[in-house]
Amino acid sequence: MEPLMNIDRLSTVFFTEDGKVTAVDEVSFSIREGETVCIVGESGCGKSVTAMSIMGLVEEPGGKISGGSIDFRGEDLLRLDKNTLRSIRGNEIAMIFQEPMSSLNPVMRIGEQIMEPLLVHLRMNKKQARARAIELITQVGISRPEQIMGSYPHELSGGMLQRIMIAIAISCGPKLLIADEPTTALDVTIQAQILDLLRGFKENSGMSILLITHDLGVVAEMADYVIVMYSGQIVEEGGVVELFQNPKHPYTRGLLKSKPVMGQRLEELYSIPGQVPSPLALEPSCYFHDRCGHCMDVCRTRQPQLQETGSGQKVACWLYEEAEVYV
Amino acid sequence: MSTYLTKRMLYMLIILFAASLLIFCLYALTPGDFITGNIKLTAERKAELREIYGLNKPVLERYGTWMNNAFHGDFGYSLAQQKPVLQLFGDYIWNSFLLAAVSTFLTWLIAVIIGVISAYKQYSWFDTLVMIAIFAAMSLPSFFIGLFLIKILAVDLKWLPPGGMMTTGSNATGFAYFKEVVHHMTLPVIVMTLLGLGSLTRYFRSNMIDVLKQDYIRTARAKGLKERKVLFTHALRNALLPAITLVGFELPALFGGSIIIEQIFNWPGIGQLYMKSFGLRDYPLLMGFTMFLAILTVIGTLLSDILYRVADPRVRL
Amino acid sequence: MAADSRVSEITAPRVNLRKSSLFRQSLRRLLHNKLAVAGFAVVLFMFVLCFIGPFFSPYTDNKINMAMMNKAPNLQHWLGTDALGRDILTRVMQAGRISLTVGLASMVLSVFLGALLGAVAGYYGGLLDQIIMRIADLLMTIPSLPLLFIFGALLSEWKIKADYRMYIVMLMLSMVNWPGLARMVRGQMLSLREREFMQAAVVLGLRDRRKLFGHLLPNIVPLLIVMATLNIGGAILSESVLSFFGLGVMPPTPTWGNMIDAANNILDFQERPWLWIPPGLSIFATVIAINIFGDGLRDVLDPKQKR
Repeated sequence: MEPLMNIDRLSTVFFTEDGKVTAVDEVSFSIREGETVCIVGESGCGKSVTAMSIMGLVEEPGGKISGGSIDFRGEDLLRLDKNTLRSIRGNEIAMIFQEPMSSLNPVMRIGEQIMEPLLVHLRMNKKQARARAIELITQVGISRPEQIMGSYPHELSGGMLQRIMIAIAISCGPKLLIADEPTTALDVTIQAQILDLLRGFKENSGMSILLITHDLGVVAEMADYVIVMYSGQIVEEGGVVELFQNPKHPYTRGLLKSKPVMGQRLEELYSIPGQVPSPLALEPSCYFHDRCGHCMDVCRTRQPQLQETGSGQKVACWLYEEAEVYV
Repeated sequence: MSTYLTKRMLYMLIILFAASLLIFCLYALTPGDFITGNIKLTAERKAELREIYGLNKPVLERYGTWMNNAFHGDFGYSLAQQKPVLQLFGDYIWNSFLLAAVSTFLTWLIAVIIGVISAYKQYSWFDTLVMIAIFAAMSLPSFFIGLFLIKILAVDLKWLPPGGMMTTGSNATGFAYFKEVVHHMTLPVIVMTLLGLGSLTRYFRSNMIDVLKQDYIRTARAKGLKERKVLFTHALRNALLPAITLVGFELPALFGGSIIIEQIFNWPGIGQLYMKSFGLRDYPLLMGFTMFLAILTVIGTLLSDILYRVADPRVRL
Repeated sequence: MAADSRVSEITAPRVNLRKSSLFRQSLRRLLHNKLAVAGFAVVLFMFVLCFIGPFFSPYTDNKINMAMMNKAPNLQHWLGTDALGRDILTRVMQAGRISLTVGLASMVLSVFLGALLGAVAGYYGGLLDQIIMRIADLLMTIPSLPLLFIFGALLSEWKIKADYRMYIVMLMLSMVNWPGLARMVRGQMLSLREREFMQAAVVLGLRDRRKLFGHLLPNIVPLLIVMATLNIGGAILSESVLSFFGLGVMPPTPTWGNMIDAANNILDFQERPWLWIPPGLSIFATVIAINIFGDGLRDVLDPKQKR
């Protein structure tokens, strides 16, 4: 399969009162057509900022993409002018967010909000857009679409609103759908429905999904390919099966260990000790070293690079570099 | 909604009643009256007039009479002008309204535009400049800026007339009349707009800044909408909504006239009428005017409340 | 997205350090705001000018000098002289003393009244709350300018000595200003009362007075400081309006407002702008500086409140 998007050494920085923070630090990965890529990590690891960087929605003047390239169907998104980028946004690349309750405009009717991208990107007239919007609402599994068209967001539940958000996102038939924690704010039963819906659209339309989550259950269910981020960097990536069966990086192992497993009762659920380091005080080192059970001297002074391992996985950890050289 | 309204109305009436008593007593406390100040009258004539107007009776009795009349739609009789107070209001109020309406419209228009742009470009040099201008407008002593502009634009440069509504002795009609009034009201409108601009621009700016941080603005951008559409449709609608409450608060300013501006610019409005009557201690008129403003204030507050409930789809009635 | 970039703050571990570090933090942020610092500098300058400046002026005796009547600004009299040959610059400084004092004093009084009544109403609730808030409503219903005019007229009619009038003007301004403050403080009290630390205070069995003055009021101090600062500007403006219309402080006590009264004389207005423009600009400069400084304070002390 062809890569749909190729991200190369993308860096995004924020300028805060206390100094410059590198939220995304030379991140490279690609998304193939029809593939679901999951980015996993704790909050603050830079996964959402990665998504916003792809969308070109990093807020100036606080934040800025400082380097790298985002190649999408032969064009570098970072070099496109504003208007071209805008015509891709919501059209070929669409996005849904974590909080459906606040992601829709409270004083505009649902119908108007679904019709907007149709009017702008597909240049439909009002009548066509309305008919298409009704179709879309039905497609995302909501009954009585006419009535929903005239409702305001506060009149619908969180699950319904996320469906509406999906309807808006898929309205122009995007090649890539970025979903930033799409189920985190929802009830467990609704979560499954929303994920089913996303998977269904993916299978029917062949679009790719970039799914951002901290929930390994969601990853297991959805992902083809998994990227693990820590402190703005990728620490491990690989196919979902390999990664779950044979996690290499101590952080990935910790994440998998801290997830409860059915039928297995433990005295205490594992949790990774310590906290994510402050992004202001990063020294050249493995950023995970002070939480790592396998910390060596080299981890404190030098940064490991992302390396291929035998099984098609990539990992950034001194354990494996040493192993390959010396064992 | 209806029980809420009834409750509010009842409370309004009680507050107005108490206010009227307080105002009446305050005016009654003030020594001297319209008759004392008139040196042309003899002592007997003065006593006679006091008898006629009931000024020799105790305060509470006078208040009772006033209240009774007010309930019957009679707000008293101006002693200085020898006309019913309500009729005088009718004569002067539209002049005040003209000034207030035009400047209120301009204030809102300019405040919204500058507020939106300034919020969008928060922390830019334009925004800093706007902030300084906002503080300047909020810190202007109204009478001083009025005098200052008259001195420069009317006295020194002679671009605009210094005051009044018409040139003295003019009896223009039709379009000429219209032109003359516009010419005369330009300066007071500029000053009133300037004075109102500060706080309103600031209000829209900070509302807009709040709104622009909301998730739904991010959604609108993610949809690939034009920035202008994001700002003026998605954001502005939300930023304007709370401003609807302000419409009610504008009510006293719209009809109550501006005492200071009308006095400075010699504009024949209700505020100037008040100042004139104040010098003459024409109590029925002063009382009527103050009560009129109090009523407008109370109604305005209620109106704001109702408007907000009507306008915001999230607030259920 | 913003949450991702937010830096977890490291708070000082020792409790007794916290107070000073909070204060220092605020001060540091305030000093960071150049506009606010400039505002403070101007306010300070006006105070120094008005309260210390006259000591360096050779014209403080206000002697009538017929030879120097109505002179335009010149080298001896930088801002010219008035009809009695008095130096305008000196007059402006002396007037500033009164205007600034009235502004400050009426602010102190309004804030004291507003905070006390608002706190009591919000804390005790019930009948006391009803009475206080209904009085506040009443005073807020009557438009403030006519109200001030009535008070002003009462003063004139009662033939209060000119020296005392400034004290009464302070009282008048606070009478008009306290209800708004009281309403705000009450609102804050009501929301604070429901917070966890107050419930802890109740569990500890603290006395009412201790709870009110020891726990609740300190929490609204930042808000009060901000409101108080902005209130001074408003009070200076109101005083100037009253004095301009001859209902506030009267000559011979000079204030910026009654100096502008010169503009009511058509000749002075048109031909001798040095009589009334300097006091007007003084009001403007002082009030704008106070407002900018107050806004900077608000950003630092009370970031939630924007308007």
